[in-house]
Amino acid sequence: MAHFDLTPPISEAHVRALKINDTVTLQSTLFGLRDATQIHLFDRGRRTRFDLRGHAVIHTAPNVKPVEKSAAHPAGYAPICVGTTTSDRMERFTRPLMTQYGVRIIIGKGGLREDSLAAFRELGGVYLAIIGGTAALETTWIEQIEDVDLDDLNPESLWKFRVCGFGPLLVAMDSHGGSLYDVVRNDAQARRAQVLQSLGVKPE
Amino acid sequence: MKIDYRLVEEAAKELYLRALKVLPPDVKEGFARLAAQETTPIAQRVLATMIKNISVAEDTDNLLCQDTGVPIYNVSIGTNVDIDGIALKRAIRDGCARATVEHPLRSSIVHPLTRKNDQTSCGVEVPVIHVDWSETPDTLEIEMIPKGSGSENNSFLKMAIPAEGVDAIRTFVVDCVLAAGGKTCPPTIVGVGIGGTSDLCVALAKRAATRALGTHCSDPEGTKLETELSAAVNALGVGPQGLGGDSTAFAVHVELAATHITMNPVAVNMQCHSARRARATFTPSGVAYGF
Repeated sequence: MAHFDLTPPISEAHVRALKINDTVTLQSTLFGLRDATQIHLFDRGRRTRFDLRGHAVIHTAPNVKPVEKSAAHPAGYAPICVGTTTSDRMERFTRPLMTQYGVRIIIGKGGLREDSLAAFRELGGVYLAIIGGTAALETTWIEQIEDVDLDDLNPESLWKFRVCGFGPLLVAMDSHGGSLYDVVRNDAQARRAQVLQSLGVKPE
Repeated sequence: MKIDYRLVEEAAKELYLRALKVLPPDVKEGFARLAAQETTPIAQRVLATMIKNISVAEDTDNLLCQDTGVPIYNVSIGTNVDIDGIALKRAIRDGCARATVEHPLRSSIVHPLTRKNDQTSCGVEVPVIHVDWSETPDTLEIEMIPKGSGSENNSFLKMAIPAEGVDAIRTFVVDCVLAAGGKTCPPTIVGVGIGGTSDLCVALAKRAATRALGTHCSDPEGTKLETELSAAVNALGVGPQGLGGDSTAFAVHVELAATHITMNPVAVNMQCHSARRARATFTPSGVAYGF
């Protein structure tokens, strides 16, 4: 269980050094996207001008405030509350994010599934778990909204955040086939019969 | 008692913001209880972060969670209250929109087919407004619940049959908690609706999921089921955020209604750990805020 301080973009070698139960703190750049962002990128043929190669993306749609563009707010938005949404809905976008845009790190809550784990293994990627519902804390790690693309989808725009000390985040799925969610799910499923028995439910 | 609808509008706005920023004391106590009992190191860390977030939100006057949810207003009208229902609903809707625009908040509400977002947290039938009556004289209560989507997306209904008995209910609840895993942002309040019609059953599950911790089903059989199911779901080991541990649910809450001789419906609705709610009570002496 090692801790890594990472400043994306990172290489395949960097990402493959990460193992489940390691922790990561991110510095500098983080991109935010969500359901609609990826539906438009991968189902409706739109493209982003951002270079996501080697970068980290977080499943988010933040609360923001439109403000005058300035050095502090170059995109014309001030962050109000930036949190994380449930990743599972966006399972099928992991692979195209990696193959078409070169993303290396996905940050979210609740975990992803088999195809994402396979994509992490084949292409070199990880899933970092953040604690869902702790957005007030998460917002203190965001320095500014540097840029925004696909903003007609607001709040599900493609956000470029500048972050400082974003974490610690938990490596919950790695590039070696490891998934904490699989371990917990299999363990919970194995306990099901015993739990039902404790409730006096007759075996099916 | 006469109602000033400008005050209702103000309260509808204020309630949305309060609910998003400050957790009710019973939920904070629930966190303290889980943290004291948790035996898994990773789950202890997760709970500690959640508890820290509650104080960061209060210290920075920020939202607990980015999800502004589906706004729900539960209105309870006491006796001797002179109400214009249309004006009341309009005032609540306007207050909800003003909270969104003036704070500002993320509008999480879209048209279900076009996915268009009016950026007001309002749309067809949203905010959801439920109206009920109470026997308390000269009192109007408005409870506001921003219902997060991570937990709401894990809502389940089973039209079981009488021959399957209460075992069908027990098995269904356990399987819903397993299916939801970490997607609902556990630890959750697992709301179970039992009986009624299909729509009433689902409404009961929501009422159960959004009830204060420490309260119990008014039916003794329902209370018994709450106790046994709370222990059962926490024995599954799903844990906070689905990363393993003892703290899968703060509690299982049951609400029930009579049902048909041929029916045995059960519904599950979950509330995430950010179990947010706020309450305004209107009396002749003014408006008081609480939970």
